[in-house]
Amino acid sequence: MTPADTRRRWGLALPAVAVITLFSILPLGVVVLYSVLTPGDYGNVRWVLSGEGWFSVLFERDMFDETVSLSDAHITILFRSVGLSLATTLLTLIFGVPTAWFIATRAPRQRGFWLFLITIPFWTNLLVRTIAIQEIIRAEGVLNRILIGLGLIEQPLQMMFTNFAVLLGMAYVFLPLMVLPVYAAIEKFDFRLAEAGYDLYASRAYCLRRVILPLVRPGIIAGSILVFVPSLGAYVTPRIMGGGNSMMLGNLIEMQFGQGRNWPLGAALSITLTLLVLGALIWYTRLTTGGRRHG
Amino acid sequence: MADRAFDIRRMPGAVTLAVVCFVILYIPMVILVANSFNAGKVIGQWEGLSLRWYLAALQNEAFLAAAANSLVLATIAAFMATVLATMAALATTRSDGFRGKGAIHIVLNQPLMVPEIVLAIALLIILAQVKQATGYTGLGYLIAAHTTFCIPFAYMPIRARLEGMDMTLETAAADLYASRAYAFRRVTLPLLAPGILAGFMLAFVVSLDDVVISSFLKSPGQETLPTYLMGELRRNLSSEIYAISSLLLLISVLIVAGSWLATRQKT
Repeated sequence: MTPADTRRRWGLALPAVAVITLFSILPLGVVVLYSVLTPGDYGNVRWVLSGEGWFSVLFERDMFDETVSLSDAHITILFRSVGLSLATTLLTLIFGVPTAWFIATRAPRQRGFWLFLITIPFWTNLLVRTIAIQEIIRAEGVLNRILIGLGLIEQPLQMMFTNFAVLLGMAYVFLPLMVLPVYAAIEKFDFRLAEAGYDLYASRAYCLRRVILPLVRPGIIAGSILVFVPSLGAYVTPRIMGGGNSMMLGNLIEMQFGQGRNWPLGAALSITLTLLVLGALIWYTRLTTGGRRHG
Repeated sequence: MADRAFDIRRMPGAVTLAVVCFVILYIPMVILVANSFNAGKVIGQWEGLSLRWYLAALQNEAFLAAAANSLVLATIAAFMATVLATMAALATTRSDGFRGKGAIHIVLNQPLMVPEIVLAIALLIILAQVKQATGYTGLGYLIAAHTTFCIPFAYMPIRARLEGMDMTLETAAADLYASRAYAFRRVTLPLLAPGILAGFMLAFVVSLDDVVISSFLKSPGQETLPTYLMGELRRNLSSEIYAISSLLLLISVLIVAGSWLATRQKT
């Protein structure tokens, strides 16, 4: 490629690169900087270096005798974020993989219809879908009305504002993100390979494990990362379904910029969250490129 | 081999789980829409079919202002992101690679790797200063932020389309003495159009979907549809919220159906 052509290509890419640098990369750099400054009295920061922001991610100091201890609240939220994200991924796997399998094994003419049914929620506003699932389990919601109507319970069950509610909400809104990549992988699968395995006296389970799974694996991994990453950074769904009782990292970060008024802590928590997401993405890249080397 | 009646496609339980999955996906949405048509004031107590809440929403000025804001914001941001992404995609595809191609690629995908809430506070920190210094409180901040996070979404389908495109057509045009600009306008652009359209629609929907970044960056009194809904939800749940949600649901059904029909016609 000639230097002139390289220059032309850089020129074409420059506006997009400049916008992202200015409005995403640079602000992220400022977040890193803010995480080592001192909180201001009314939000914002004072320009004095301090490790307090990072210290407070995991620890807290006693108000009276200055003893240092682990911050229970923050550690609970951290574990809840990771735990609920993993559980969401697992739940969407359990429902998403058979669904993708079901769609991919329909006659080609029917597949479009079933895919259409998955794409509608995929394109529907996340807030709207969260409102929809909230209606099912809220105190005066559908499920409680049915259970009371059947005489199974007398008082409405309090399902909202619990870990269960957040898990249900996230699994509901992120389910299409699992189905689509898994479907794409199964659809490419040549079922004659499995039949060949079966003709060679492999059992169904053996076929599944040794023939189908390795070929569908990239789709399952892609789906898992597509569900896990937005779950970890989720804000809207835990805000509505979990409220103040079942906060996740995103909500804790928001709090530091709202009533918490501790911007450096919020910044440090943001970097922590970003690193967790990057860790998952790097693990994903390793797993997929590693798989290719062996396969 | 005698008929062992074997069909590996038929996994035990898969159909059941798939049906359960579709039911779970749709029941909440159906209930939401059904509630939006309820004539009564109390959600869940059915008092007959009515368009009452839709009419209420259409007379609600706060909702209309938020809807107008969202529409303007999503259109401008998606348009700008699509233009920028198209240029960038033309730069990064159909070459053996050049100095800095990898770097450009990472930068273009960077907004996808950062959780929304993090980008929201990062922009809040910077734009709060700008707001204070300039006194400008318009839609500009939201447009800049939305354009930024829409770029990778617009970029994906456009790049995919370009990579699958036949280069010989452009070479043929060049052989027939078409100028570079002419070949681009008459050959490349028409071939690329479906990718550009898909990129624009994806960016538009992603912009319309955003709650977090908008709610951090909006000036007081400025609402988008999702931030308006979020605010109403905090106050109290009403049938009108369900009517507005159903309208948003309708928009996405129309978009999916539209693109579905568009792609079916071609094949």
